[in-house]
Amino acid sequence: METKNIMIVGVGGQGTLLTSRILGGLTIQAGYDVKLSEVHGMAQRGGSVVTFVRYGKKVYEPIVEEGQADILIAFEKLEALRYAHFLKKDGVIILNDQRIDPMPVVIGAAKYPSDIIENLSSNHRIYRINAIDEAKKLGNSKVFNMIVLGMAAKHMNFSKEEWLNVIEKTVPPKTIDINKRAFEIGYGLGE
Amino acid sequence: MSDKVLMLGNEAFARGAYEAGCKVSAAYPGTPSTEISEAIVKYDGIYSEWSPNEKVALEVAIGASISGVRALASMKHVGLNVAADPLFTASYTGVNGGLVVIVADDPGLYSSQNEQDTRAIARAAKIPVLEPADSQEAKEFVKFAFELSEKYDTPVIVRSTTRLSHSQGLVELNERLDIEDKPYVRDIAKYVMMPGNAKQRHLVVESRELALIKDSCDFPINKVEYKDSKIGVITSGIPYQYVKEALPEASVLKLGIVNPLPRKLIEEFASRVETLYIIEELDPVIEEQVKSWGINAIGKDILTVQGEYSANMLRRAIKGENISLLPAAELPNRPPILCPGCPHRSVYSVLKKLKIHGAGDIGCYTLGAVAPLGVVDTTICMGASISSLHGMEKAKGKEYIKNWVAVIGDSTFLHTGINSLINMVYNKSTGTVLILDNSTTGMTGHQDHAATGKTLKGEDTYAVDLEALCKAVGVPNVYVVDAFDINLLEKTVKEAVASDELAVIIAKAPCALLDKSPVTKQYTVNQENCKKCGQCMKPGCPAITKTENSEIVINDTMCNGCGLCESLCKFNAICSIKVR
Repeated sequence: METKNIMIVGVGGQGTLLTSRILGGLTIQAGYDVKLSEVHGMAQRGGSVVTFVRYGKKVYEPIVEEGQADILIAFEKLEALRYAHFLKKDGVIILNDQRIDPMPVVIGAAKYPSDIIENLSSNHRIYRINAIDEAKKLGNSKVFNMIVLGMAAKHMNFSKEEWLNVIEKTVPPKTIDINKRAFEIGYGLGE
Repeated sequence: MSDKVLMLGNEAFARGAYEAGCKVSAAYPGTPSTEISEAIVKYDGIYSEWSPNEKVALEVAIGASISGVRALASMKHVGLNVAADPLFTASYTGVNGGLVVIVADDPGLYSSQNEQDTRAIARAAKIPVLEPADSQEAKEFVKFAFELSEKYDTPVIVRSTTRLSHSQGLVELNERLDIEDKPYVRDIAKYVMMPGNAKQRHLVVESRELALIKDSCDFPINKVEYKDSKIGVITSGIPYQYVKEALPEASVLKLGIVNPLPRKLIEEFASRVETLYIIEELDPVIEEQVKSWGINAIGKDILTVQGEYSANMLRRAIKGENISLLPAAELPNRPPILCPGCPHRSVYSVLKKLKIHGAGDIGCYTLGAVAPLGVVDTTICMGASISSLHGMEKAKGKEYIKNWVAVIGDSTFLHTGINSLINMVYNKSTGTVLILDNSTTGMTGHQDHAATGKTLKGEDTYAVDLEALCKAVGVPNVYVVDAFDINLLEKTVKEAVASDELAVIIAKAPCALLDKSPVTKQYTVNQENCKKCGQCMKPGCPAITKTENSEIVINDTMCNGCGLCESLCKFNAICSIKVR
């Protein structure tokens, strides 16, 4: 099997690390070689963050480079566009349709682009959801990332049971139930 | 065979220390090395601590080694500067129990103030350096480093980089070795480095270097992969992975030891390939040495000394491949910012209002340098805020610094700031020092320190009282103010900077991310009262934004309920709401 390249991008604090660790757990459970690359430290503080997950028979470099990603999981619109050129031609974008203004926009030094969705759709297949609203219905906006991951899961070759099993092992015990329910919502909407 | 588990490079370093029978570990948190200690503390049989700084940490490890057990100190690259004093002389004394120092460099500056290369310091200190390329090697190389340390009577550095420390890969676990404690034998010629003894030890260091240059050619951590003889690559660490992706046909000499260099091994490899490339991130440390032996090689002529490498970079530079890619979009940047609810923002809003310059320091609060806050003017290294403010006063006089303060965090203050404060007292400074006390080491992800009352293991301990400490060293005016009480803070800062006496203001409020319980109070804008004056937006809280029709709104997924915006609003347009 050719190495699969997945990127999770968003704003520091949105839970990209947890999501990538679930993906990592899933791929080793399935017997693949896997490497994950994470962002810690200053860059995490509300900055643009990107996490890479690569799995296959033998993985060397831990990063995904431009033009190589199979799936781009984006927790924020501007970040989706920032990293869209990392996708392969037939790559898929799973987008949480949320806008978080970066500081240059907040202080009026830059404009938040208005045509992100059009821009992304013109080059790539895109699946989007307002996962924050869906997560709020479940009672905790923080589990939005599991909804997005559920959508992405539809584009990967693992069974729903395998996903739920890893989620159970990875998230804090008290939050297993709500995270699983969030995942299932996304999974049901993935196509 | 045991199961393989997915581990961060840093977790694998910790596992390596555990399996090697290491008994003492000391560190000061610093990205990208922090998780080494956070992983070590989970293993039984190793004493582990947060020390107040890297010099202390290394000296703790040296003491443990002299007493006869295997010991570890870990730090980021700039931490090694702080620890350089004990490091250079530990090279002379050598060890009793194995002594390993894990140092994590930061090519690309993800979370650092410079891009220095640890190998250069190690060369100057004449200390061997091993460089692993993935999590499995991170574990194995630490074990090998302990063996090497004892065999050659030297501290050994294991060099990491951000990409290795913060990548996860599969690791095969082994049992912990049962290493017996060595007896301590008094040996002043070896351990008392006064000139006469040190002269003799210097000879020992030099002959150790020669032995290592020879013996390292046979170390199993070096790997030679002969393939096509047209292209040969000498590399080590993470760049090896990029070489394997970009140049699968090339012959590769992957060095496990990068100081001193295994000269014979390199010469032989070089003689068997047509074109030799040396691929190393940061400085041309291997390249300059290899070229000095009269070997032709290509390295920094086509590759950069800055940032991280990648496979695409090598494809372009070495194969001349024209990789056609979609262009990156031109977009607004998203730099890191202070979190919603951060107490530093509150303090900075006061300094900004008073048009005060901040001599800054290392921590989240360095972010006060950028718009819209713009109150931090300088950031050099840990502790430099206080001493550089003192220098300004001595250069230009006490009137000159009446619109300056030093700003430093609680953990950084205990790291090296305290020495600088003692200097201000001793040498009669009149300046104002603001200690931003958020009860944790924030930037690196919430590590305890000597003033939090908890050890690395989570045990209760004495909490250094910062107020009493400042008074005890002789600071005449010490104030403790709630960081969110902006009126009192403003009054106190004005008073302190105007005074001709040294003052310390401890602005206290816990880091907004410390309390993990759900937010119970948030703020919202009453649009009827809002005059759109923008006062609430001045400190740059990311939860407050302007909509397209110029309404100011507070994002309910981000608001942490700190209430700074409410304090700033003169029209009662911001009110609290109960949530949950």
